[in-house]
Amino acid sequence: MSDAAKHGDLGEYRPLSYFQLMEVSLRELLVEKGIVTDAEVAATLEDMRARGPETGARVVARAWVDPEFRARLLENGTRACEAFGLDVPALRLVVVENTPQVHNIIVCTLCSCYPRMLLGLPPDWYKSSNYRSRVVREPRAVLEEFGLRVADGVQVRVHDSTADMRYLVLPMRPVGTEGWREAQLASIVTRDCMIGVAVPKAMGSE
Amino acid sequence: MPQVAARPQYPTDHPSAPVRFAIGERVRVRKACPLGHIRTPYYVRGHAGIVERLCGNFPVPEELAQMRAGLPAQPLYRVRFLQRELWPEYAGRDDDAVEVEIFQHWLEPERA
Repeated sequence: MSDAAKHGDLGEYRPLSYFQLMEVSLRELLVEKGIVTDAEVAATLEDMRARGPETGARVVARAWVDPEFRARLLENGTRACEAFGLDVPALRLVVVENTPQVHNIIVCTLCSCYPRMLLGLPPDWYKSSNYRSRVVREPRAVLEEFGLRVADGVQVRVHDSTADMRYLVLPMRPVGTEGWREAQLASIVTRDCMIGVAVPKAMGSE
Repeated sequence: MPQVAARPQYPTDHPSAPVRFAIGERVRVRKACPLGHIRTPYYVRGHAGIVERLCGNFPVPEELAQMRAGLPAQPLYRVRFLQRELWPEYAGRDDDAVEVEIFQHWLEPERA
């Protein structure tokens, strides 16, 4: 018997948690009953993993340079994304615009609804009960913890994705980005900016 | 601009209950606690807000969770609540708000 085994050192091995076990059981049952195939599950996972916030950033950058696209995006986010050539299956998108008067933040208090088609998988903190329960009742304190102080003159609007819509924050284009190309603009639009817990900054500026 | 294939109409075209509330109208969320899968958060139940927009008609989630069709669909609204009205001790601005999607069957006129 090796030393490691004697001392109960199991290396990387961890028994499945309650929810992992539930996921495996449910998936195997669905496959066994012929409702889905392993290949379909794998393809869906691959598709979700391949999506990231770069897609959302491209949408934001286009809205910054094209006022007509911006107007269509705010009016009907889904249609505007489709016209932009994005494949956004099942996404019913509401785009909320930050202005000098209003700052927007997104949450799902009931679970973890998130615009995955544009931002990929949500960060763990977005799914935490801490963020979900606090951002709807003390949003300014939560934003400060993210390092974002919203000025007293600015209204804070929290959007709770409770049902069928998904949300994307359209941040304000920062000063110092005049004349930037669209791809360069997209590079400063982070995931957190599109959730509303950060704002984009021109590189090198405060 | 690239073209995409035709998609199902949006908002959805399910048979639906008629729309009862107008944008800007004050509505109150029913203060009810039925069992089951409910997409109306507890923190807004019993509170009043203003209809911000109509999102379209969607099958009823309580019914979908029971493997039923959820039809006729219900209009889904975005309702804007003032933080001060939800949380009396709220420390931010008077006009800070939370916007929540609420199905029509959870809403009544503010003074019912």
